Amino acid sequence: MTATVGNVEPLRGRNGAMGQRVRLRVWRGSGDEGELRDYEVEAEEGEVVLDLLHRLQATHCPDLAVRWNCKAGKCGSCSAEVNGRPRLTCMTRMSLFDPEETVTVTPMRTFPVIKDLVCDVSYNYVKAREVPGFTPPAGVEPGQYRMWQRDVERSQEFRKCIECFLCQDTCHVIRDHEENKEAFSGPRFLMRVAELEMHPLDDYDGDRAEEARGEHGLGLCNITKCCTEVCPEHIRITDNALIPLKERLADRRYDPIPWLFRRRG
Amino acid sequence: MAAPTTTSGPRRTRTLRTDRWWLPPLGTALGLSAFVVYGLVRTFMNTWYWAPEQHYLAPFFSPCLSEACVPGASHLGTPFPDLAPWVPPPVFVLPFVFGFRLTCYYYRKAYYRAFWLSPPACAVTEPHRRYTGESRLPLLLQNAHRYFFYAAVLVAAVLTYDTVLAFHGVNGGVGVGLGTLLMVVNVVLLWGYTLSCHSCRHLVGGRINHFSRHPVRYRLWTWVSRLNGRHMSLAWASLFSVALVDLYVMLVASGAFPDPRLIN
Repeated sequence: MTATVGNVEPLRGRNGAMGQRVRLRVWRGSGDEGELRDYEVEAEEGEVVLDLLHRLQATHCPDLAVRWNCKAGKCGSCSAEVNGRPRLTCMTRMSLFDPEETVTVTPMRTFPVIKDLVCDVSYNYVKAREVPGFTPPAGVEPGQYRMWQRDVERSQEFRKCIECFLCQDTCHVIRDHEENKEAFSGPRFLMRVAELEMHPLDDYDGDRAEEARGEHGLGLCNITKCCTEVCPEHIRITDNALIPLKERLADRRYDPIPWLFRRRG
Repeated sequence: MAAPTTTSGPRRTRTLRTDRWWLPPLGTALGLSAFVVYGLVRTFMNTWYWAPEQHYLAPFFSPCLSEACVPGASHLGTPFPDLAPWVPPPVFVLPFVFGFRLTCYYYRKAYYRAFWLSPPACAVTEPHRRYTGESRLPLLLQNAHRYFFYAAVLVAAVLTYDTVLAFHGVNGGVGVGLGTLLMVVNVVLLWGYTLSCHSCRHLVGGRINHFSRHPVRYRLWTWVSRLNGRHMSLAWASLFSVALVDLYVMLVASGAFPDPRLIN
């Protein structure tokens, strides 16, 4: 980005690239108390929002709390909302924004704020524990699993998940309705149920599709696809996990024809 | 570095999005409303749906199953009586076609966003205090989508038959007019939309876990999955083409527009 803000003089970066000042508006505060504060930060070409947050931390507000790790879009730590859209800050280039624009960075709205941009995402870990794990067939030990690629590739798509929880953040079922958090596990964990439900070697003796409805609130999902839109791994959560799960549930619960052909015993 | 300044701007505003997030739902609302209004007007207009010379039958009136149908328009017989002048022939078929689109996973997303604002756009707060999604009646009935899919396959087959009939020449034999070409495009788009349906994808193979044991169903599932990636585009394209062909047949049948003939 070769932007200048107002009539501020351009700066030279360390590598000689042209720099400029950009306006950042960052949420500062703990718990429910806080406010948006404006800053001006130097930016260099090719930088991402997380770079600017780090510069802000280094040069002006060392107490700014930001969760981050890999800076490569693979750890899922730096999730936040940039100009109101759930994003990984390490993968959000500043060149995406108009040079005159103030870039607003806020924590994920669906989760309680611990401090500044750091949220308490423990809701997700509670929900993760509620999904019964993979159950291999009796007598098959880890290391002995043998599957055809075509049988397992659907589940593999879901394994790309980096657990950034942006899908959970954007899902209006819990974002706008705190009261649904108990009944609804969110797209990330419904996708986990779908992954295991479609797994060719999973020998779980329960009914994962039925549990998706009863335990994880699949019926609350109205497939508006926001989870898919924000997924940084481009997993087609709605089309490949949630809708197939709804269809499998329809097989078991709402469609009498498969009942007629279902094997008994 | 400038000193930080405080702005009033609570995190709990409706949205902090700065793009024109309202534009897609507005476009969807206008597009769907225009189609519904056109469909209602056209259905209750109850005329100019059969062009006998060119053998064009308007898709809104196909199959024409009522005794009220104009002569020649009923290719499959007339099992339903002529109930009343205000009960036009499409009322026996359109509910199934409408139900297919109403319960379609793409259209659900579209109208939940555009009309029910649940949510209007991603990361934009919805206006409702309570939310139960599709877990209760009446939205629980969305699970009947596969039954509407079965009906939609039958209707698509009938429209294919209508398209074949549209290859009649005005002087006998084989003929092709502009309307014939439009009907071909329409029926291709309708099949594309119908077969790219998520329920179809599930029924042909999505429901099985061991693709390796069902190579044919796996191949079918792969094809449908590829089509399924374009389900939204096909939904809009087929919606537009149905209305366009219907309008075209109406203009030809009423004599307002002479059908340009390419062959006979």
